[in-house]
Amino acid sequence: MALSYDQAVEKYEPTLGLEVHVELNTKSKMFCGCATEFGAEPNTQTCPICLGLPGALPVVNGRAIESTILIGLALNCQIAPFSRFARKNYFYPDMPKNFQTSQYDEPICINGYLDVEIDTDDGKMPFRVEIERVHMEEDTGKSLHVGGETGRIHGADYSLLDYNRAGIPLVEIVTKIIPGAKKYAPQVARAYVTELRDILRSLGVSDVKMEQGSMRCDVNLSLAPIGSGALGTRSETKNVNSLRSVERAVLGEVIRQSNRLDAGERIVQETRHFLEESGQTRPGRSKEQAEDYRYFPEPDLVPVVPDATWIETLRGQLPERPSARRKRLQAEWSVPDKEMDSLVNAELLDVVEETISLGAEPARARSWWLGEVSRLANEREVAPTSLITASSIAEIIVLIESGELTDKLARQVIEGVIAGEGSAKEVIEKRGLKVVSDDGALMKAIESAIAASPDTAERVRSGNIPAAGALIGAVMKATGGQADAAKVRELLLKHLGQG
Amino acid sequence: MTNIHSTAAQMSEALSEGSITSVELTEAHLVQIEKVDSKVHAFLHVDRENALAQARDVDAKRKSGEKLSALAGVPLALKDVLAQKGVPTTCGSKMLEGWRPPYDSTVVAKLKQSGVVILGKTNMDEFAMGSSTENSAYGPTHNPWDLTRIPGGSGGGSAAALASFEAPLAIGTDTGGSIRQPAAVTGTVGVKPTYGAVSRYGLVAFSSSLDQAGPCARTVLDTALLHEVIAGYDQMDSTSINAPVPQVVTAAKKLDVKGLKIGVVKELSGEGYQAGVQQRFNEALDELVKAGAEIVEVSCPNFEYALAAYYLIAPSEASSNLARFDSMRYGLRVGDDGKTSAEEVMNLTRHEGFGAEVKRRIILGTYALSSGYYDAYYGSAQKVRTLLIRDYQAAFAKADVLVSPTCPTTAFKLGENVDNPVAMYLNDIATIPVNMAGIGGMSLPCGLAPEDGLPVGFQIMSPAMKDDLMYQVGGTLEAALVSKWGKTLLSEIPALAGK
Amino acid sequence: MAGISRDEVAHLARLARIEMSDSELDHLATQLDSILVAVASVQEVAQADVSPTSHPLPLTNVIREDLVRPSLTSDEALSGAPAKVDHRFKVPQILGEE
Repeated sequence: MALSYDQAVEKYEPTLGLEVHVELNTKSKMFCGCATEFGAEPNTQTCPICLGLPGALPVVNGRAIESTILIGLALNCQIAPFSRFARKNYFYPDMPKNFQTSQYDEPICINGYLDVEIDTDDGKMPFRVEIERVHMEEDTGKSLHVGGETGRIHGADYSLLDYNRAGIPLVEIVTKIIPGAKKYAPQVARAYVTELRDILRSLGVSDVKMEQGSMRCDVNLSLAPIGSGALGTRSETKNVNSLRSVERAVLGEVIRQSNRLDAGERIVQETRHFLEESGQTRPGRSKEQAEDYRYFPEPDLVPVVPDATWIETLRGQLPERPSARRKRLQAEWSVPDKEMDSLVNAELLDVVEETISLGAEPARARSWWLGEVSRLANEREVAPTSLITASSIAEIIVLIESGELTDKLARQVIEGVIAGEGSAKEVIEKRGLKVVSDDGALMKAIESAIAASPDTAERVRSGNIPAAGALIGAVMKATGGQADAAKVRELLLKHLGQG
Repeated sequence: MTNIHSTAAQMSEALSEGSITSVELTEAHLVQIEKVDSKVHAFLHVDRENALAQARDVDAKRKSGEKLSALAGVPLALKDVLAQKGVPTTCGSKMLEGWRPPYDSTVVAKLKQSGVVILGKTNMDEFAMGSSTENSAYGPTHNPWDLTRIPGGSGGGSAAALASFEAPLAIGTDTGGSIRQPAAVTGTVGVKPTYGAVSRYGLVAFSSSLDQAGPCARTVLDTALLHEVIAGYDQMDSTSINAPVPQVVTAAKKLDVKGLKIGVVKELSGEGYQAGVQQRFNEALDELVKAGAEIVEVSCPNFEYALAAYYLIAPSEASSNLARFDSMRYGLRVGDDGKTSAEEVMNLTRHEGFGAEVKRRIILGTYALSSGYYDAYYGSAQKVRTLLIRDYQAAFAKADVLVSPTCPTTAFKLGENVDNPVAMYLNDIATIPVNMAGIGGMSLPCGLAPEDGLPVGFQIMSPAMKDDLMYQVGGTLEAALVSKWGKTLLSEIPALAGK
Repeated sequence: MAGISRDEVAHLARLARIEMSDSELDHLATQLDSILVAVASVQEVAQADVSPTSHPLPLTNVIREDLVRPSLTSDEALSGAPAKVDHRFKVPQILGEE
């Protein structure tokens, strides 16, 4: 009988390790002045240095060092007073020098931590993930495999190399081993990567788009029988391309490994590949021999010795921590946890904050983004922020508050803006969506409705207030829904002697 | 009458006066190359078209009154390890046969800027690994003093070009003696500047922390003139010294060593040194005393380990530097029949493309860096380096410059040491410590050994960043010796058999 | 230290991606043996209290500004390529995992 996840975590204790690679958003590459633009024609952003031509030499991008130190500081790391680059030697066609200039035993940031929050059976719980190191390295070129069935490497006839990406600065963030997550290991992993991503975004050092590869996550996992105090053999899972996949990869590996262990089989220390469709992992190509990287200090580069003044200046540039910002906003807006979680999960905090800063009432700003805009966005399978801007929503909300738009009309305006008919004001103009609040015009419509249903009017006059609903409905219909329903009701009842 | 036997300084003067044009001068050298190079084989590529074009350009500029640098219009031979845009750069290897770099090394850019006429690329031991130029994939160069003998290595081509009057100036590179030892065995002058004095950008790397390009010529003054053209801070090289170039031309003209202390290194003499070499060295010391210098004996006890440490560090760095030669982006490709894998093509290409010495050093270097052996080999060698630097510091506290014979013997016969790598490596025993410590070293001729009539080299070593001291002592010694002999050494060179 | 075996040399040749015949491996093993004996002396003198030197010059913090400079054209970049397709380097099928 195969073990389920819940059964697995009753017997085994998972230990996690997470390695995240982040592509920095510097304008030029790590060791040369080539541009880092995404999507350029192949091999148009290369030079002797990033192509590894004979004789070429690297020169370090100062902004990359700054970004890395900022990341280290945001992760509560010690910034090493003395740090060196090292060569990691191995052969692969996407690596022009057949070594990667990276860092080995003298990384620039060490010993940090990141506090996250996870949902447990006992409510929200804080969890500290300890960080081993943050270091700098360079990205590889991109290969296209031609001739095989799936465009994958297996069965391909040949490969085509584009080195535009080679040499783009990468930062590697490695956690220490993470014990103690117990059955919440998948959530801890996801929470860590999420919080890390939000921090990196707030630092402005990377666009951290997992789907585009500017943030990549490798998940390490081992299991040991609960209470054994030992550490099991770990597997490393690559190709984890989304936050959800991080969670699923941990889950999948716990299930796989526990079932193997239960069956008395060994866990092989290997690199595995995450499969999106099934949530399972498959073994990578097994190598005949473990790779010996023969690290040695990079002789073409000199050590990085960041002085205390520089570090403190950078520390002063750190923005508010995302978790602190969330707490602050939640308090400011007096928002319950559930709604706050929704906002955070839907990644709407920034746009909501912006909408409020442009004059919209906070509760309305939240509900419009979480409500109508998210609904429309889900229909189209896009992000809410790609449909409409904060300034449009703010404009609309302000008009609602001043009575010039009803909620119903506002929805039509939003539709118009999304459809590209213009700004909110232009859509209102074009479609004639203004609330009819002119008493004279309303009275005309009211009198018509009364004239058309004299019996209903009579019932209202005799005290049957609910009957007014039909008349109000008729007036709304007559005005194309543009009357202010509350105003219509007020005037109608008054006219019929009931208000 | 200015001709190919003149010095570069004399040629420069004649060009300034207008008594000769650069085109005439260049033509004369091209004629000489045609006459003798079939015997000497100093050149791998003669760049007739470009050389004459550069000469014409300089002549035109001079005619129009433009201010030109001292060596404008003077021809030069370039060791084939430096990238020259559009011109075949082979590094003496089959791996790069026909490769035309898409960029200029900084040294070449500076030469072009100064109007120096590059005649062509000279022969060398493959990827600068060797002491005899017998490791060239294109056949050895022959010593103009005796065509059955080696011209030294790895820069035998450049030295031979000078000694056979094919060029008045040459550029070499020196990692363990590859400028100085060829200079010694060919009766020419060669300088390895302080590490970092001359840019390595575009110098195909052998051992990055030891390599340095340097000036070669027939006189100390000529070398100094060339030194001032190629030296200087380069932002494309992270190991480049950001300081003004020392006034080496002034120093070379000083002709005065009064009050200077000359340190004779005890460990670089005695057993293993050919009697005639030792004798000429001692006689040169006498000249320096006559000129007013004081001789002191210094001891550098760790020099005993320098050769061993070098033959760990250099191959280790080389094994990594040469990994880029894998046929994927440039150079030789072997075995690609549409079915072989990239890995196999790499293996076959590197088997075919590299000669025995290169392969030997790559394997040795791979071993020294491999896991389990790093500390014992590479790590230990780096410590020896520290000890050598300390030895030099102590010695330079007692003397302004240090001296020794450049190498233990005169030029040996071609084929004599090809099967004995260790014996071959001993050629560099006196030159290696200089590279290991990063200081400056010069070899100039101090006579012909009585037993074989072949040139003997005198090595001068100066503290880091004090290259001018070498030129001061070298210039003074050269003047004293030429005065003593009544002629230059090279005027004694036997005519190349059968014009 | 024990001599270096042919198997060890074969392992190193694999790491270094150099194809070698058995006789080449044997020949190299012998030569490396004598070299290794000669260089083993470094261990005698490399005490624990001596720090290693990676660079002869005490330079630090050599950095450049984050500015874009002109790249090579793709033609120039590919000018030495043994094989190319559509401005990309064409390489034989890769066996290893990506």
